[in-house]
Amino acid sequence: MASFPLVSATGMLGSGYRADSLDKAIELGARMIGCDAGSTDPGPGPLATGTCMFSKAAVKRDTAIMLSRAVAAKIPLVIGSAGTSGSDAGLAFMRDIVREIAREEGLHFRMAAVHSELAKETVREHLREGRSRALPPSPPLAEADIDAALHIVAMMGVEPIQEAIGAGAQIVVAGRSSDTSLFAALPLLEGFAPAVVWHMAKILECGAAAVAHRLAPDSMMAVVREDAFDVFPLREDYRCTPQSVASHTLYENADPFDLKEPSGTLDTREARYEAISERAVRVSGSRFTPDPEYTVKLEGVRQGGYSTILMGGVRDPFILQGLDDWLKQLDDAIRVRITATVGNRPYEIVTRVYGRDGVMGALEPEPKVAGHEVFILWDVISQSQELSHAIASSVSHLAVHNPIPKWHGLISGVAFPYSPPELDRGPVYEFHLNHVLVPHSPVSLFRTEFEEV
Amino acid sequence: MTAAATTIADLAVLVRSKNAGAFWLTIDVMFDNPEHYRRVRDSEVINRAAVARMFHREPADIIVVNHDAALAIKISFPRPQSSGSKFDSDVYGGQQYAPLLSLAIPD
Repeated sequence: MASFPLVSATGMLGSGYRADSLDKAIELGARMIGCDAGSTDPGPGPLATGTCMFSKAAVKRDTAIMLSRAVAAKIPLVIGSAGTSGSDAGLAFMRDIVREIAREEGLHFRMAAVHSELAKETVREHLREGRSRALPPSPPLAEADIDAALHIVAMMGVEPIQEAIGAGAQIVVAGRSSDTSLFAALPLLEGFAPAVVWHMAKILECGAAAVAHRLAPDSMMAVVREDAFDVFPLREDYRCTPQSVASHTLYENADPFDLKEPSGTLDTREARYEAISERAVRVSGSRFTPDPEYTVKLEGVRQGGYSTILMGGVRDPFILQGLDDWLKQLDDAIRVRITATVGNRPYEIVTRVYGRDGVMGALEPEPKVAGHEVFILWDVISQSQELSHAIASSVSHLAVHNPIPKWHGLISGVAFPYSPPELDRGPVYEFHLNHVLVPHSPVSLFRTEFEEV
Repeated sequence: MTAAATTIADLAVLVRSKNAGAFWLTIDVMFDNPEHYRRVRDSEVINRAAVARMFHREPADIIVVNHDAALAIKISFPRPQSSGSKFDSDVYGGQQYAPLLSLAIPD
């Protein structure tokens, strides 16, 4: 096989693309359609709650176009990281959408659903067998981390996807997968060089993100060859340049030269990027070094209590002048009052001052007030919603009347935009796993179900 | 009075910050003019010690990479807290680059 053409429908399933772009890719001989549907970018919420970051309608629209084209052209469609998190809930959400489209449009195919959510017992066994490794900056995995997890997913490499295709699936809906593995699976199966394939996959995973000036999300096509790949957008008004493609290795990576995959590391230091037309770029020269250990990254979330928030503004120039002291005095008053009312039950108050360091927090080089007003967001977090609410209602009262030396008498120093000012925000989640497992085999952590649709 | 010094904001076509996974933050300083890129790169104004000072981090935690083919300088370091956790205030990590913009580049 001299070449393998493939298309990435869009950078994120549900963000949109033009149907024409996918049609053009099919005309040009695309042998598979791939689309990433997941990310940790929106924070721990999707994995914790099983919800997709896009609406069902948005995901359905983008999926329906891919599905009809894949079935008509008799080529595989691989969707990775279903439902944003790739958890079992995300996978179920995505499978239902695929089934619904198939029913409405009279499409038939064999579908594989590759589960990536792990039972706690599985993770515990790997930990006890010495099969876990911490990634910087985190400490080693502990049993307590596993106990506390609401959901844990493992990020699959190419092997579970290759197995599903090998077993006759035309449509593969995968749980959490590395963005690259869904594009690398088939060309690797065809025997193309890992260095070429992984670099291609890294460029394709974000759809048209690697073009020079992206106006809206869209599709991107690549043609994998023996020792290079070509990449180009499908919209006529988009173009790839050597710089735009090279730049994409920077995206969402800590290090643009050493890109870690489950089976090894792609080194792009010596990569060459040449324009082969006004809109297409040829990439060659990367190296891929297999790692001695095959590793699978974990993602996990735990709950960190319940939050009640308060939002308020301050305009008084004398409060603003001494804002740090005013907030310190408020902290002290809160501590005394809360001890008196709810005793020693643990709680935390996170105070963000917009207009000082609300956006950057600990990273802010200049944590001072320069404007004529600030916005304060108080976040009370404790082990129950009722307790957080009770504490927040004391905080709001104490904050409003927190005195300053300038004024003699009772002040109202905070402007609350809402009544009541307390807003119960529900559970607080956090990512707490930053670890890899060394699985018994590349497919051992993943379970695949097949169905005839 | 002398003319205002040339800054990163004057020379770069894009400066952005972003999560690199939930536990790392990464900042890209990108150019389209090779001379502007080389001027900033060779000035070494963006270095581990300076970045550590600016963001109150340890120099050992900072990665600075010059990417000649991309005409870009990349800075990465661990987030003070993971994305979306209770002490975080920027889930996407998208608004953490601003202090770099005013870095002066020598002529």
